Amino acid sequence: MSGAKMVVQALIDQGVDTVFGYPGGAVLPIYDEIFLQNSIKHFLVRHEQGAVHAAEAYARSTGKPGVVLVTSGPGATNAVTGLTDALMDSIPLVVLTGQVPTFMIGSDAFQEADTVGITRPCTKHNWLVKDTDALAHTLHTAFHVACSGRPGPVLVDIPKDVQFANGTYEGPAKIKSHYQPQLKGDLDAITALVEAMETARKPILYTGGGVINSGPVASQLLRELVEATNFPITSTLMGLGCYPGNGDNWLGMLGMHGLYEANMAMHDCDLMINIGARFDDRITGRLDAFSPGSTKAHIDIDASSINKVIHVDIPILGDVAHVLEDMLKVWKARGRKTNSKALKTWWAEIDGWRKIRCLDYAADSKVIKPQYALERLEALTKDHDRYITTEVGQHQMWAAQYMTFNDPNRWMTSGGLGTMGYGVPASIGAQVAHPGSLVINVAGEASWLMNMQEMGTAMQYGLPVKQFILNNERLGMVRQWQELLHGERYSQSWSESLPDFVKLAEAFGAKGILCSDPADLDEAIMQMLAYDGPVIFDCLVEKHENCFPMIPSGKAHNEMLLGDAAIKGAIDASGSVLV
Amino acid sequence: MNALNITKGTSSKSAYNLRSGHADLNERHTLAVLVANEPGVLARVIGLFSGRGYNIESLTVAEVDHEGHTSRITIVTSGTPQIIEQIKAQLGRIIPVYDVHDLTVEGPSVERELSLFKVSGKGEKRVEALRLADVFRANVVDSTLDSFTFEVVGSPEKIDAFADLMRPLGLAEMARTGVAALSRG
Repeated sequence: MSGAKMVVQALIDQGVDTVFGYPGGAVLPIYDEIFLQNSIKHFLVRHEQGAVHAAEAYARSTGKPGVVLVTSGPGATNAVTGLTDALMDSIPLVVLTGQVPTFMIGSDAFQEADTVGITRPCTKHNWLVKDTDALAHTLHTAFHVACSGRPGPVLVDIPKDVQFANGTYEGPAKIKSHYQPQLKGDLDAITALVEAMETARKPILYTGGGVINSGPVASQLLRELVEATNFPITSTLMGLGCYPGNGDNWLGMLGMHGLYEANMAMHDCDLMINIGARFDDRITGRLDAFSPGSTKAHIDIDASSINKVIHVDIPILGDVAHVLEDMLKVWKARGRKTNSKALKTWWAEIDGWRKIRCLDYAADSKVIKPQYALERLEALTKDHDRYITTEVGQHQMWAAQYMTFNDPNRWMTSGGLGTMGYGVPASIGAQVAHPGSLVINVAGEASWLMNMQEMGTAMQYGLPVKQFILNNERLGMVRQWQELLHGERYSQSWSESLPDFVKLAEAFGAKGILCSDPADLDEAIMQMLAYDGPVIFDCLVEKHENCFPMIPSGKAHNEMLLGDAAIKGAIDASGSVLV
Repeated sequence: MNALNITKGTSSKSAYNLRSGHADLNERHTLAVLVANEPGVLARVIGLFSGRGYNIESLTVAEVDHEGHTSRITIVTSGTPQIIEQIKAQLGRIIPVYDVHDLTVEGPSVERELSLFKVSGKGEKRVEALRLADVFRANVVDSTLDSFTFEVVGSPEKIDAFADLMRPLGLAEMARTGVAALSRG
């Protein structure tokens, strides 16, 4: 079997039916094999970065690995941002790149790049395959590595002569890899955590993307745990949906733009149970003031995440679903105890923080407030079978704050890397995976422009993605930081020479909708939802709205800013170096 | 709405400035890393150290099991206890890494380094160099009328000491292999 045919066969044997890619000289033999079969559907993107983000959203919304096929040189280098994004957010991807023939490697051949060298730090692992006989084994191992343990992107670089040559194919069943991450948590540590849970006066569950990566069972067990213990629960940006946003115990997202009640509860708790999160700096704020009085437990499948930033008292290495299952077992066997009297007081305290109503904003009857736009989008779409993607910036934080996620795998956003340009291709990946569902990309106009070429992909495949652009003609988050930290000197943070988005939509063959009056908003959104095809919705919003609440850099969880008054001087000079 | 609890100038720590917050003293650790002998594995290890800002004091690598395609990388590094733990965990995360041993904490171990010294001089200095070499149990592996090349094997400290002695006696060049280490028993 030729190497090129092996690639297609290995994908089929791995259960892959969808590939995002872009052809080029060094992958032509593989594209030839794709032409000759019907099992795998290939989606032609407009830029390789788009292919990787689309595959990421495909992976996040299905739980299956995303697969990308691109050519050598520029094809591979264009994929680098997507690979880094997937590595930061632990998204399983298998990226296949063509390479110049083995005998030309190192000669600065046309479209040659040291792909494995360039992508070594931005993949979980990568391989250059120099022998067709090793190709099948490498491909199956690649899927195993991408999906096991803490998931991540892997890359297989395949020189053109290896694609042409014949070799022996082997199926996935024969693959044995020494890479076998530990799934079960240590029972003694789990018992120690359960003991702490039984007496905790102010417990909180701090959950993250690890719950979603662990699969639907993990989310189910988490819900069972919350219901049984009545503990309050918060989540990172990446974990939204692992516990229902309309659940009673939900405090909302935590962190820099998290909810007041969530951050205050994190600061004041006496037992913090971190489930699949990683104490990111957007979460912790000032480290020496991070939840000073709490016992901290950390469940993570990646040993390097434990004690990386925050010292924890009860480390548990394992898969979230496996550990939660054991936790529930041990807790039930020991008599289902919680300190219910103290919990009641704790909830009363939390309810006091909730009364601050930190998401309130000044309403306006003439200009659409971005918060209002998302409140209306939420109200009019919450009953739909819905997937939300975002770009990066203020709109992303507002979407996280004002939209509700009741199930895992419904929210696709670039968290760790913060990649502007993620949302358009991500909406395409999610729509490919869920053709009958409503997929909305909540965007800012600046981010949206970064990968808008992918509207061509949406048109080609009839993907009815809705691009909901909160257009403030600004790089809103940059503008906000310049207002707060740089003396209102708005260096390069406005969007000059914007296109007419309605005409742009029409140029692509999509529908364009412009809305600038709050009174017209509902009808315009309904129009967007009713249209059977891609829509670019240009929602002109207040230009100078800031995103609150906010923990200024260098501050603690209990030093949040609310609203947009009295900001000046709140962030001292030391915070200005932080972003 | 008002800003809550914000007092000006309260924060001197930065959320990115993690390491200076820990006042622990740096420790020197010798790590033995067993890896699959495949292309790029050394680049992965070195890239981890440079990418995450860890120190490498010395590094040696060679295949130790030809049948099993296994190489042994010995790394001498330094950092706070927390950083050392991070280094071990990050090394363990590299797919072709089979095992990471911290020889500094896993009980007694022996460390050896091989070094070559070219010392040129004449007369009394030349005699003195040879006399000291004898004290250090150095071998003369090459000699000309006005130079010696010594081979010294021992702990890094012994080699440092020998270099200090040779410097005034005409040390022209030296080469060191870096530390190889094994646990005892």
